[in-house]
Amino acid sequence: MRYDTVIIGAGLSGLAAGIRLAYFDRSVCVLERHTTIGGLNSFYRLRKRNHDVGLHAVTNYAPPGTLTGPLSKLLRQLRLRWEDFALVPQRQSSIVFPGCTLRFTNDFEYFEQQVIERFPGEKDNFARLVLRIAEYDPMALNQPEISTREVLAEELDNPLLVEMLLCPTMFYSSATPDDLEWPQFVIMFRSIFQEGFARPLEGVRLILKKLVRKFRGLGGELRLRSGVQKILSDSDHATGVLLDDGNVIEAKNVLSSAGNFETMRMCEQATDLSPPGEISFVESIYSLDRQPADLGHDQTIVFFNDSPTFEYRRPDVPVDVSSGIVCSPNNFEYGEPSGEGRMRITALADPGHWLNLPPDEYAQQKQEWAERVLASTLRYVPDFRKHIVDTDIFTPRTIRRFTGHENGCVYGAPRKIRDGCTHLRNLFLCGTDQGFLGIIGSMLSGITIANLHLLRPSKSL
Amino acid sequence: MVADEIRRVILDILSRIQPDEDLSGLVDAVPFREQLELDSMDFLDIVMELRKQYRVQIPEEDYEHLASMSGTISYLEPLLKDVQSPV
Repeated sequence: MRYDTVIIGAGLSGLAAGIRLAYFDRSVCVLERHTTIGGLNSFYRLRKRNHDVGLHAVTNYAPPGTLTGPLSKLLRQLRLRWEDFALVPQRQSSIVFPGCTLRFTNDFEYFEQQVIERFPGEKDNFARLVLRIAEYDPMALNQPEISTREVLAEELDNPLLVEMLLCPTMFYSSATPDDLEWPQFVIMFRSIFQEGFARPLEGVRLILKKLVRKFRGLGGELRLRSGVQKILSDSDHATGVLLDDGNVIEAKNVLSSAGNFETMRMCEQATDLSPPGEISFVESIYSLDRQPADLGHDQTIVFFNDSPTFEYRRPDVPVDVSSGIVCSPNNFEYGEPSGEGRMRITALADPGHWLNLPPDEYAQQKQEWAERVLASTLRYVPDFRKHIVDTDIFTPRTIRRFTGHENGCVYGAPRKIRDGCTHLRNLFLCGTDQGFLGIIGSMLSGITIANLHLLRPSKSL
Repeated sequence: MVADEIRRVILDILSRIQPDEDLSGLVDAVPFREQLELDSMDFLDIVMELRKQYRVQIPEEDYEHLASMSGTISYLEPLLKDVQSPV
């Protein structure tokens, strides 16, 4: 059978695109190499514990009944209800630099107050920046490139405030070292500070299972353990895919969430040789015998940096311990016990080091570097070491192994393909290299590209 | 289908696309976008829902007729005259 569309990758963007196509009666098959769904935002079980792969928090939080904004748009497009994601808001998060802490919640006014208290001279500047952010449409597809560092330097006088705003926005989205494109900063500023953080009690598992159930219920087909080795083509168009097991699946269209570089590698005559991204992380997941709050740690997410300037790039050392993210998934307003205590610590890592380690050195290196990251982090959180009952550590190598994304990069390549087009007229890209990032962003990426190219009402069924 | 039935069909589609919106006060002569939080993605969905449910094909150049409820009803009446109303 020849499908209307074959989708490569059962991550959030692929599944969201699949739902749109299946809903409008297209025949669609999602192919996933791994044994499970989720890709960069998957989940797993280890030593009887459930963990999320990428999820610290869902951004873009909006309470039920909200009619505008990315979350509302997403739910409408997928014909889901707000309750389907069961999002619970955060407690409080903070950005910690030497001599200065900025706290924020899902109430933007609180953050504005914090900024004014810590940087009294910036009150008018910050108000003007907020206005500039409000007036900008980051979703328009043809944008000139603007440097966020330049814009912030124009609007704000205090360089520390600039660095502190860049820290969480880059940490949660940037594929480019040291700077962020202005549209991306606008998206992140809104999603983190103005909308806010939330999480389902069950983690990303809940969202993924809802998506798969909906997709299958609409007649979509999902095949796991079905890696694609090649995209088959005939002159200027794709004809289908060749699986790792040698089977061929024919399709009128192919939508790939594997990444630009990764997709071009599957094509016979790719013209776009853009390199993959290099931004990746190590993350340690500690399970505790106490709730973090019982140990005096009530923050949802802490972004720390131990110098006045925030350096964000592929480090020269295996792990950059000068900065990091501490996530405590228990510290959301669940109103009920949230399961075992957990602390997750994330830091920038050099993919080259982690991918090239000989196997017998890898485990040892993970332990060593996790300890260094932990030591650095203990300057910012209570010492929870004697409460650790389990540790799991993942590196760029882990990410590459389970998602196929080159270098284990989590935010895609620096060059985004916003309209999702490739050299083949019926091969499209969605996901991190299309450019909408994060849990909500990636679903909107799949939806946007499906709407733009695969669901045009004028296209014959 | 007659005008009233078409109106109900459109309201049904709007409530699928935007379930949190209160449609009871909808004014037929006023464009949808002035009364509801609908963007271009939602608007395309209206067109696609009509096609999915009633096999009505609407070319892009005719989209302007669908700006308001009354415009939509007038446009669809001839296209849906032989189609059964959903109960």
